[in-house]
Amino acid sequence: MAVRAAHELRDGEVVFVGIGLPNLACNLARATHAPHLVLIYESGAVGAVPHRLPVSIGDPALVTGSLAVATMADVFQFYLQGGRIQVGFLGGAQIDRYGNINSTVIGPYDKPKVRLPGSGGACEIAIHAKRVIVVAPLTPRTFPAAVDFITSPGLNGKYGSRASMHLPGAGPVRVVTDVGILEPASHDGELELVAIYPGVDPEETKKKAGWPLRVAARLTVLPVPSEQELHLLRDVLDPNHLYIGKRDA
Amino acid sequence: MADANNKVISMRDAVARFVADGDCVVIEGFTHLICFAAAHEIIRQRRRDLTLCRLTPDLVYDQLIAAGCAKKLVFSWAGNPGVGSLHALRRAVEKQHPQPLELEEYSHFGLVARLSAGAAKLPFWPLRDYQGSDLPAVNDKIRSVTCPYTSEVIATVPALNPDVTIVHAQRADQSGNTQIWGLYGVQKEAAFAARRVIVVVEEIVDEKIVRADPNRTLIPGIIVDAVVCEPWGAHPSYAQGYYDRDNDFYVEWEDISRDEAVFARWLDEFVYSVADRAGYMKKLGNDRRKRLTAKPLVSPGVNYGF
Repeated sequence: MAVRAAHELRDGEVVFVGIGLPNLACNLARATHAPHLVLIYESGAVGAVPHRLPVSIGDPALVTGSLAVATMADVFQFYLQGGRIQVGFLGGAQIDRYGNINSTVIGPYDKPKVRLPGSGGACEIAIHAKRVIVVAPLTPRTFPAAVDFITSPGLNGKYGSRASMHLPGAGPVRVVTDVGILEPASHDGELELVAIYPGVDPEETKKKAGWPLRVAARLTVLPVPSEQELHLLRDVLDPNHLYIGKRDA
Repeated sequence: MADANNKVISMRDAVARFVADGDCVVIEGFTHLICFAAAHEIIRQRRRDLTLCRLTPDLVYDQLIAAGCAKKLVFSWAGNPGVGSLHALRRAVEKQHPQPLELEEYSHFGLVARLSAGAAKLPFWPLRDYQGSDLPAVNDKIRSVTCPYTSEVIATVPALNPDVTIVHAQRADQSGNTQIWGLYGVQKEAAFAARRVIVVVEEIVDEKIVRADPNRTLIPGIIVDAVVCEPWGAHPSYAQGYYDRDNDFYVEWEDISRDEAVFARWLDEFVYSVADRAGYMKKLGNDRRKRLTAKPLVSPGVNYGF
């Protein structure tokens, strides 16, 4: 998933980075095809070049050698709301068929079965980033037909479409999973399977979503990660394998 | 303030004088510069019914909640960063144990905006946010306003003006001119929004040091009520240029906080049975201190001449 997410990034883009796999993906992209990627962390580090794997979004290694340190008011008002962020990464406990994301509660809000961390910057990233890449393993639990709570708006839902709400960003246009990639259909915004990793059975994959998952007419088979990418991930960027299991690479 | 030129007092006196039962308290710092020393003194002085506000409650508010200091939490992301849950918070919310905890929830942008409004002494702050999200449905303080120029409907959040904000920083002079480098978080907004401000620093420096590099001053002495010198006061958070974040401790916290009895024993050992921060650091041991001490990487500075 980290390799695939890295491929979604183009050189020179400005990326709002989260901790974990998104951070790995961004630093892998920087070490390979996108050396001029500008990494911005919500903690305020702009143009970060972390010399160790940051385990928190406010790691001191994000500051050392960075281009700028912004206050969080500036990060959210000028960088994000100001339209300067091209790509935002999001994950979540639940993602529904329209890409709405729940990172707030499982169960009812007032009497939650599980209290999750909440939005953080996710809600505004989903609204303002020019495009959002979601990274999550495809399971029926993680991808129910509807989420228990909409923390971050997707393509469509009970409040309307992105166009009807005048949201500035395009929302979750790519969902990178452990079996392939989902993309919203242009006519209704429903996520459908558009690409799979080599050896993945699309029929099996359909069972991994909580709704009848559509498979795109032209299904792409993605290339296997290169030796260099795997080496960078396993030996350089995440040498203690904090974030990558074997199957994640 | 008795002496505008010397506001230096002990942590015990600062909490006794400036933090009262029922107060709305902000201890800010985004990952960086979180003042655990102040939280521990608040726990020792057994403050009750506090409304705690922070973007990320972090372990610092988990400890205050477990110690029974809090009645309400205002927040935007409540987890143990990179590790998992805040277990005292979850026990309070999911099982109302040891007591219920009222929640008021925003996103980061929303809470930053609340502090910006508070600092500017405006009643609210407008932001393009929350369209398509369920957050306004569970928090009636998230509202909207129609722009008088464009007729656009824009979300609003009300000003947050805490009774007291506690800021940790690398250094300040005796009158509270406070210099911070590395991640700023919302320290400036939180300080300007508050009725009372306590600054806790790694070291107190001569005013000449501040004047030699005025661009680094984030919080001016004119808004500061007390200055406390508390080296290592942010551990297990960090102070750029002084000591690293104790990431191992954040991982260890998972096991300490998951079990209520273990949590209580930890509070006994590291908070109630030490007199102050120096006592806490002694208990923590020299090895950890050595391992976390920052290596020097000094910026050459700039020409302020004219």
